[in-house]
Amino acid sequence: MVNILANPARFLRLAGAVLPWCWAAAAVTGGVGLWLAVFVSPADYQQGDSVRIMYIHVPAAWMALAAYTLVAVFSAVALVWKHPLAHIVAGAAVPLGAGFTAICLVTGMLWGKTSWGTWWVWDARLTSVLVLFFLYLGLIALRGAFDDAERGNRAAALLALVGFVNIPIIKFSVDWWATLHQPASVLRIGGPAIHPSMLWPLLTMAVAFMAYFAALLILSVRAEIAGRKLQALLVAAGRNEPAADGLQGEAR
Amino acid sequence: MTAAVTEFFRMGGYGAYVWPAFAFAALVLGGMAWRVLARLRASEGALDRMRDRAEGGRP
Repeated sequence: MVNILANPARFLRLAGAVLPWCWAAAAVTGGVGLWLAVFVSPADYQQGDSVRIMYIHVPAAWMALAAYTLVAVFSAVALVWKHPLAHIVAGAAVPLGAGFTAICLVTGMLWGKTSWGTWWVWDARLTSVLVLFFLYLGLIALRGAFDDAERGNRAAALLALVGFVNIPIIKFSVDWWATLHQPASVLRIGGPAIHPSMLWPLLTMAVAFMAYFAALLILSVRAEIAGRKLQALLVAAGRNEPAADGLQGEAR
Repeated sequence: MTAAVTEFFRMGGYGAYVWPAFAFAALVLGGMAWRVLARLRASEGALDRMRDRAEGGRP
């Protein structure tokens, strides 16, 4: 028990120091980014104002991939070194990643309707991101599917590692299969192929999404640590005083 | 003034796509925060109550 809580205590101290900066960064870049995206950045010469969907679609897509990468890295750490905090961090990032993937898919459908004339096509990029969404849902379901939480954690960590092959597939799908989705404009060899008047709002919104993710990740890990501590105390209390209910037993 | 506001919300004819996209993002981002904060309040609140009771019980 001491083992489980020893490192989380250090984590909680560090996280407590970082958290206000995450909120501040998210608020400032979120405000500035929205203002730039909606008022300052120009309409596209082909797509008109529908291009403004990009300022949430692309950062959400980046966060969907980043969150999954984080889940995979922490799952590997958890499996190899059996570090309990790693399972907690991976588990906390999964629902957040699922949320960003949902934003990416829905905003992408709205944008697709305006620029492609269709909500959905079974294009390589769209399909692989949908697979990512189902992977996230699978991880949530798998974690809750076992009576023994430790087994659920291990199964989810394994699935997260196997599913990681999907990440490079998503990234390079637009190069490997030339279907409908456009290739990368920002993270590409030869530098960004997007005008600074659109690149800066995009990057600002990306920082906002990342800071928001970091803040929620820290709070989610804190909630999980507190939940486990509570569980452990209730179990200990129940053992000391089998007749009394957990909370009463602890108090005496 | 009202014409400018209407024009802004029209988004060059794409308002029906741009605003739902922003609204959905806001809904999901807000929902994630709500869910995390609710769990945090529940678990840390129960821990605090437990600690208070444990300390209150001792002489």
